[in-house]
Amino acid sequence: MNLFLQQVINGLNVGSIYALIAIGYTMVYGIIKLINFAHGEIMMFGAYFAFIAATSFQMPVWAILVLVMTIMAIIGVVIEFVAYRPLRNAPRLSALITAIGVSLFLQNLALLIFKPEPKIMPKLFPEMTVSIGGIDISSTTLITIGLSLVFMVLLDLYIRKTKQGRAMRAVSEDKDAAILMGVNVNRTISLTFALGSALGALGGILYSVAYIQIYPTMGVMPGLKAFIAAVLGGIGIVPGAMLGGFIIGMVETLTKAYLSTTWADAIVFGILIIVLLFKPTGILGKNTREKV
Amino acid sequence: MKKRVVSVLLAAIFIASIFTFAGCSSSGSKSDVIKIGFIGPTTGDAAIYGTSARDGAMLAVGEINSAGGVDGKQLELIAYDSKGDQTEAINAYNRLRDQDGVVAVIGGTLSGETLAMKDIMVQDKMPVLSPTATAVDVTVDAPNIFRVCFLDSYQGAAAANFSADTLGAKTAALLIGTGNPYSEGVSAAYQSAFVAKGGTIVGSESYGTTDKDFSAQLTKIKEMNPDVVFVPDYVQTVGPIMQKAKELGITSTFIGADGWDGVQVDYADAAQGNYFTNHYAADSPSATVQNFIKAYNTKYTKVPNSFSALGYDAAYVMAEAIKTAGSTESAAIITALSATDYPGVTGNLKFDAQGDPKDKEVTIIKIDGGQLKFVTTVVNK
Repeated sequence: MNLFLQQVINGLNVGSIYALIAIGYTMVYGIIKLINFAHGEIMMFGAYFAFIAATSFQMPVWAILVLVMTIMAIIGVVIEFVAYRPLRNAPRLSALITAIGVSLFLQNLALLIFKPEPKIMPKLFPEMTVSIGGIDISSTTLITIGLSLVFMVLLDLYIRKTKQGRAMRAVSEDKDAAILMGVNVNRTISLTFALGSALGALGGILYSVAYIQIYPTMGVMPGLKAFIAAVLGGIGIVPGAMLGGFIIGMVETLTKAYLSTTWADAIVFGILIIVLLFKPTGILGKNTREKV
Repeated sequence: MKKRVVSVLLAAIFIASIFTFAGCSSSGSKSDVIKIGFIGPTTGDAAIYGTSARDGAMLAVGEINSAGGVDGKQLELIAYDSKGDQTEAINAYNRLRDQDGVVAVIGGTLSGETLAMKDIMVQDKMPVLSPTATAVDVTVDAPNIFRVCFLDSYQGAAAANFSADTLGAKTAALLIGTGNPYSEGVSAAYQSAFVAKGGTIVGSESYGTTDKDFSAQLTKIKEMNPDVVFVPDYVQTVGPIMQKAKELGITSTFIGADGWDGVQVDYADAAQGNYFTNHYAADSPSATVQNFIKAYNTKYTKVPNSFSALGYDAAYVMAEAIKTAGSTESAAIITALSATDYPGVTGNLKFDAQGDPKDKEVTIIKIDGGQLKFVTTVVNK
């Protein structure tokens, strides 16, 4: 039983990181119906910047988090402005292809700047083991899960309680009606990219602390799995992304623990196929009928 | 009509080029220099292996020449880049044979490229000594191909013998990279040797080649609580594994193979107190080793890795064989090679009937305080 609980904790650890990244996918999709494939690279750059801040400038952890999340929020906004805004009224396929292009561009940019050899992330959090009811949990795991949950709750409150949050929901529901109501659509979309990218950067930092290596293609796999998490929870729905992230993390870890390590990825990607076949709107999604 | 003229012209050029190269080869072998070829990746992903082995071989050739050469003739090492690519390697070999007229070849450096060249080399009856190709098939059905490095299975068994005999381990868990022939091969040898010593394998976990998250497998290993955990993989993988194991509070000793070389640079903390098998140790008390390191450091101003040591030994063994043969005839060199008995940097070198090293010493290294420390050498009985 203890072994099982330990594996559940492992699953929550991976899942919370997937959830953070999935939120970025889902927010952007919700507001401009674009699957931002460059999101995994935002996560990667976040990890690199955290590495530089920690090794070259010896900054404290809180400063690293604040600084890197701010930088990545700005970069997210710039990417939207340069790559996606000119295509706002183009067919959705063009924007999707652009997103893949941006993703490849950022990967190769990182390859050029940082070289392919992995960098080793220093230990940002104090290292110790906490024993709760016979289960040993490392401080890194606790902090990863804790920080993710805090930021997810903050985001949820922001979207539901503030004026900007309401503007975001309005734009995602009906862009034209939102314009008529006096919502600044461009600014709202920028804000969405900023928030999503900041959370993606946090995911990148936590991921690199947990798995210690930082390299130019590190965002690809977690990015894909977070995308599946977003689809599973219902793309466009923020709580769905969180739920999806935790489910994917849990499925992956328990498969590795009790079935087979070689099947873990196959099962995770299998989930995507099953969801798309039987409930394309995801767990929390509602079937809406298009009115003509 | 025009097309036909062009194709006839092209054919003529091709035929002419064959004669030109043939002319080169006959003139090349008549000089006062004995030419030896080297093939290995000196650019690309695997460049570190090729350049290290080449530099080691170059150093040896330099030493031999300043000591008077072989039978009064100077040695010349002609090195070509295989780029780690099988076609490039075959092209490089053809060029060495036809254009440069080499009498013997040191290479290939990687298993894949060596296997690709194997059939042509066997047909040519070229004396070949690979410093570092570890795949079993390299020397099978190839009486002219030898190698300096020990095989994956041999070092797996050595690691098992060390775990049982020196560390006194009774239980072991395996952590295997599925889809990685190196990890699978060494693990299989470890398992059978450890069981033969009376030990128990309490569990065998695996991970995929692209996996980054090892917490599920390590949590299970923690529950088994074995004396040792055997993880034969490369630094980029074993570093994070040991880091995670430390986080989870696993106290078992981790054992690895030569893929661990360099683990002390980035993962000193995580790897502290663990052991791995290697071809040689830089702090070995042996005078041969210390002289080699000093000479290498003087020439290249860096510390040699085990690929350099194997390349160095390969060049010496080849020179020794040419000297013993007393001629540059392929058959004579091959006979001399198979009778080799040479005390090299990487251990005493003799070949078995297959052309693989026989009863070679495997060096055990401990990671201690960010340094690689020589522990002992193991010879499998």
